[in-house]
Amino acid sequence: MAKLKTTLLVAACGLAIAACAKKRPEVLPPAPVETPATETPTGPTGPATGEVTPGSAADFQRSVTSNTVLFGLDQYDIDPAARAILDSQAQWLVRYPNVRITIEGHCDERGTREYNLGLGDRRANAAKNYLAAKGIAPARITTISYGSERPAATGSDEQAWAQNRRAVTIVLN
Amino acid sequence: MFRLSLAFALLASTAAATAQQPAPAPAPQGQAQGQGDGGLVVDVEGGISAPTPIAIPVMPTAAVVNTPAGSTDTLGRQLSEIIANDLRGSGLFTPLAPAQLRAVAFPEVTAPSFDYWRSTQAQALVQGYIRANGDGTLTVGCYLFDVSAQRELVKQGFVVPPADWRRAAHKCADTVYSRLTGEGPYFDSRIVYVSETGPKAKRIKRLAIMDQDGANHRFLTNGQAIVLTPRFAPNQQSIVYMSYAGRIPSIYVYDIGSGRQRLVAQNVATTFAPRFSPNGQWILFSMATNGNTDIYRVSSQGGTPQRLTTSPGIDTGGSYSPDGSKIVFESDRSGGQQIYVMNADGSNQQRISFGGGRYATPVWSPRGDLIAFTKLAGNFRIGIMSPSGGGEKLLTDDWSDEGPSWSPNGRAITFYRSGRGAGGTATLWVVDLTGVNERRVPTPLSGSDPAWGPLRP
Repeated sequence: MAKLKTTLLVAACGLAIAACAKKRPEVLPPAPVETPATETPTGPTGPATGEVTPGSAADFQRSVTSNTVLFGLDQYDIDPAARAILDSQAQWLVRYPNVRITIEGHCDERGTREYNLGLGDRRANAAKNYLAAKGIAPARITTISYGSERPAATGSDEQAWAQNRRAVTIVLN
Repeated sequence: MFRLSLAFALLASTAAATAQQPAPAPAPQGQAQGQGDGGLVVDVEGGISAPTPIAIPVMPTAAVVNTPAGSTDTLGRQLSEIIANDLRGSGLFTPLAPAQLRAVAFPEVTAPSFDYWRSTQAQALVQGYIRANGDGTLTVGCYLFDVSAQRELVKQGFVVPPADWRRAAHKCADTVYSRLTGEGPYFDSRIVYVSETGPKAKRIKRLAIMDQDGANHRFLTNGQAIVLTPRFAPNQQSIVYMSYAGRIPSIYVYDIGSGRQRLVAQNVATTFAPRFSPNGQWILFSMATNGNTDIYRVSSQGGTPQRLTTSPGIDTGGSYSPDGSKIVFESDRSGGQQIYVMNADGSNQQRISFGGGRYATPVWSPRGDLIAFTKLAGNFRIGIMSPSGGGEKLLTDDWSDEGPSWSPNGRAITFYRSGRGAGGTATLWVVDLTGVNERRVPTPLSGSDPAWGPLRP
């Protein structure tokens, strides 16, 4: 199922990592983004007058029910509440067909680190697939899993964990 | 990279016992490890129940010399402290407090005053010396004695550049440990891990490397990107890890000597959970694509990754058997996470965990006889089982212990423990495989994802 499109960079230091000859290596240049941006869909974000530019991240935030859908423990199915939220996102995305989004998948801390990376990917893709089924071109949607690395709530209780099992839609301006 | 040259620079004991002047340059001798049979043996199965009292007096120096590592008399005291700390940390020894031990004169190193040492109740005695050599190196002599039998059990000498003086102490502790327990050495080894700072919702994570006792700590990355799950290459010259650099979760190999790093496989999907094969030829990793995670391997030199698992679900956390013929991994293909073993080419996948709860993060022991794992059943706990799934035993019992990694001799396990709540932080720990002697590994900041490296050459 996974179609492997892999380019191996064998010791091709200069090719991929310009900074690699330096002693302090952490600053990796951003890896090339997979999908070349179709023309940036929106103009520059709104002028500082408080005006919200149509099609912008701020507009998205204002227009949709929520940018976040939640999941059950170790689950990744889109429940009715999530459907309603994603429907509102789909409506907005239909209105602005050039806008690209990324969906972040997140988990609570009650899973092991590496499993959570897989689970976050499941959640992000569940949201993506739902939007795709609503007519949003999959090519407009990238996904990234953060596992349990970026919790929204930092408590260690059911309430916090419920908030952290989530998929967050981010508009790429 | 530093090379440890061994020289068996031993004092001529007959001469030294009577000599007034410090013994002359010791004559090199052959390796003496494990010499002598019988005598004192430390019970490793009984674990901490009766740790062996051992005396490790300050190591004298024939001539006090200032070296880049400090003066030799200071080093002599520090060496004995490091050796004592290593042996205490194993849980199998109780070093006597150095302050209560009388000073050992240089000529006495090879001819202990056994009557005195018997009076201390020590069963074993470690004596040694330190000497600054003309070429700038240091020589550390290391002698182990059976106090009641009044005989030498093993002796070794180590020649090190000053910067590596601590390694001589670890090598001496390893010599003592191996001779008395019959277990393989592990003190002269390093741990790579993820150092953590900042608030829980936005942790800053940096790769860091240190000796197994926490010394010689240094950061390898600067925290700009989240980094996870580092692992040593078998030759210890590089580290494979996962990074969010460029917001693309990918696997990188970091060369410790040069500080250079390279992407292992550049692709559109999330790759994580990298592990070297025992011969360094392969890197095992997981890739998540469209909500499905499978295990792949790629040549550590590059090439086309080969997919090893195909079942729907999250297959991850692979770990090679020491002979490289098998891989243990976790999968939720049956519902919850469970542990499976397959051949290194992906064939013959068999589930081995069947207890209640979920099983994750399996790691094959370097001795081959055990699998360490995280068990999720309410709390997260570190446990072990045989590669066929039998003999499950849980070693820790805290709220959230995760991510076991074996010591090079397969005798101890390091893992990380997470604290609860917004202020909860992660810390590194070690536990013996008998489940006793749990202890914290000192780190300057919080830490997670420890990986214990191989014994240093």
